[in-house]
Amino acid sequence: MTRLIIKGGTVVDPVKALVYQADILIENGRIAAVGAGLSAGKKAGVIDASGLLVTPGLIDIHVHLREPGFEYKETIASGTRAAIRGGFTAVCAMPNTRPVCDNAAVVEFVLKKAEEAGNARVYPIGALTKKSAGKELAGLGEMKAAGAVAFSDDGHWVTDANLMRRAMEYAAMLGVPVISHCEDPALSAGGVMNEGITSTVLGLRGMPAAAEETAVARDIILAELTGCHLHIAHVSTAGSVRLIREAKNRGIRVTAEAAPHHFTLTEDAVKGYDTNAKVNPPLRTATDLAAVIEGLADGTIDVIATDHAPHAAEEKESEFDAAPFGIVGLETAVGLVFGELINKGVLSLPDAIAKMTVNPARILNIDAGRIEEGMVADITLIDQERKETVQTENFVSKGRNTPFQGWDLTGVPVGVVIGGRWIETRGCVKAAKVKSQTRKV
Amino acid sequence: MLERKDLLGLEDLTAGEIKAVLDTTDAMREVMGREIKKVPTLRGRVVVNLFYEPSTRTRVSFELAAKYLSAEITSVSAESSSAVKGEGLLDTARTIASLGADAVVLRHPSAGAAAFLSRHTRAAVINAGDGMHEHPTQALLDLYTIREHKGRIDGTAVCFVGDIQHSRVARSNIWGLKKLGAKLRVCGPATLLPPGLEKLGVEVFTRLEEALPGADVVYVLRLQRERFAQGLLPSIEEYARFYGINQEKLALANPDAIVMHPGPLNRGVEIAAEVADGPRAVITEQVTNGVAVRMACLYLLVRRESDDKTYH
Repeated sequence: MTRLIIKGGTVVDPVKALVYQADILIENGRIAAVGAGLSAGKKAGVIDASGLLVTPGLIDIHVHLREPGFEYKETIASGTRAAIRGGFTAVCAMPNTRPVCDNAAVVEFVLKKAEEAGNARVYPIGALTKKSAGKELAGLGEMKAAGAVAFSDDGHWVTDANLMRRAMEYAAMLGVPVISHCEDPALSAGGVMNEGITSTVLGLRGMPAAAEETAVARDIILAELTGCHLHIAHVSTAGSVRLIREAKNRGIRVTAEAAPHHFTLTEDAVKGYDTNAKVNPPLRTATDLAAVIEGLADGTIDVIATDHAPHAAEEKESEFDAAPFGIVGLETAVGLVFGELINKGVLSLPDAIAKMTVNPARILNIDAGRIEEGMVADITLIDQERKETVQTENFVSKGRNTPFQGWDLTGVPVGVVIGGRWIETRGCVKAAKVKSQTRKV
Repeated sequence: MLERKDLLGLEDLTAGEIKAVLDTTDAMREVMGREIKKVPTLRGRVVVNLFYEPSTRTRVSFELAAKYLSAEITSVSAESSSAVKGEGLLDTARTIASLGADAVVLRHPSAGAAAFLSRHTRAAVINAGDGMHEHPTQALLDLYTIREHKGRIDGTAVCFVGDIQHSRVARSNIWGLKKLGAKLRVCGPATLLPPGLEKLGVEVFTRLEEALPGADVVYVLRLQRERFAQGLLPSIEEYARFYGINQEKLALANPDAIVMHPGPLNRGVEIAAEVADGPRAVITEQVTNGVAVRMACLYLLVRRESDDKTYH
């Protein structure tokens, strides 16, 4: 029996909304006990977590790992290693790869690659329609059987309302959530940033908030019709937050996520044509940002997800129009959650952690995101006092496309336990009789 | 003098810098009036015209401006298809830097392209139009023309008519005119008005009957035919009826109002022939002043450090 004990840490329980001092005993990869003054015997590995927060392993429900097909941007190995450096023990892989993850074979490929890499866990998301082209249903049942935890055409909205209806009916039958990238392409066509005074001044084509909100409205109505669990990806506008809040109040099965850049930055970040601030949905106005924060605070937005979207440097080093959309998020998320939400009093520590652990786990119907006896030992250690300057050269992700370069963040993930395996990421945690088992990038 | 490497837009310039360009333009007009239109000021300097969009008048205007100042100028028309990929411009920027150009005049369909180029070359970059963003030399020649006719810009009421949304000319003019104290109005169909102009201190109208009274300058913008295909307008006829500037509409403006247009003109669409070719139009003067303004810009950005201050 292999034993590991995390001693003296401050445990954050997002389910009971508690923060308390406790040790965690791990046996054979599972949590064996949680309590004060636990002892593990002489042979057990000991991680000294004094002064550290001990949270359930963070889960990022929205990540682009780019493999297969775009390995020059990111691989499953590099992306899952970046996840660990960012404090995440599990990520969901979006299906917009080449080939698109629209059948069981690609789901199996992703899972196999993830297992070989041996870093963070990967939960594949299957495409909703074949090639995410919005014409015919993808192999939803076979993908679920192969291990897909959700369906999404992320990057595209399913414009055909009838096809979306059928997809949602089918997904509801399978008990799998549908994640919708809400953007009516007719309204956002050609846009590269938020539509408003800033797009006017910069002379860039704008994407109106209405492009997102009309899509959110339709999908909520279809969720009501079909009973399907609808999860709205990357909410960015005040109108979307309002629509989701109303839908929840009416009892419709809808959940939502927001990305750190959408609760941290406004469209002002685009000034100077910084392609690292080019993202879809775009950075919006101060009013939208405030509404997203309010939605996080009142529970309208259930999940914080990074929408980690790595690109090669040469792709972003171009005219604004030509640059691809996307921001890498895995390695800056925790610091931004502490800096913008927890330390500013928007969210309590357990509520913030819930949005990165138990809430995504519940949406995905996976047994994770909690620190309880018997659970698989996926745990994240965070030093909430530690400061770190964002330096892209320290990123493990292949993607360096962040608008947060040079930011001073407080709150650093210093290590994770995944299935009982200890992986240290900052070299600052004292441990005895246990080695950090870094796996390949 | 311009203490800056590039001319990317009028948003960046101070009122003092704009006035310096206009004053230098006076001197360049004098050169253009000579029998031998050539001064040795920029001899040995190299200017590259890099055009990713078709343009005759702006390209020729810069070519003549450079030649009158004795600079070497070469024009490159890049296939607009190569502008689709960002590598095109980045590689071109590096090539031009390696070739030793002193200045690059860039016309490009993407907003921000001139700023992007500037970050990758030591050469002075002059923005000759980047997408819908700015066209600073056009605005400078417009300011010069207005000042010439009205004696001043401060307090002058300028009304832009037409497709404001897609117009880099309007954007650059708005910055320049605002900095020099003009009163700004725009008028066009709602589908061609960009959001947020009020926040820049611009009065926004959709009816010429409200926009033109009191205007000292009626600035007519070119209407691209593709706006109909894009579903932004019902028909050319309807546009001409409501927004085309004819004698009758012009009568709404001040009696001494001048009519401007950046060219090329669509006679009978945004402007009636009777107005375009009439006594109040200053459109051909704009073209002449364009060469002088571009001489001034090249001179101010490309001259040697040790140059004397002949023109000041």
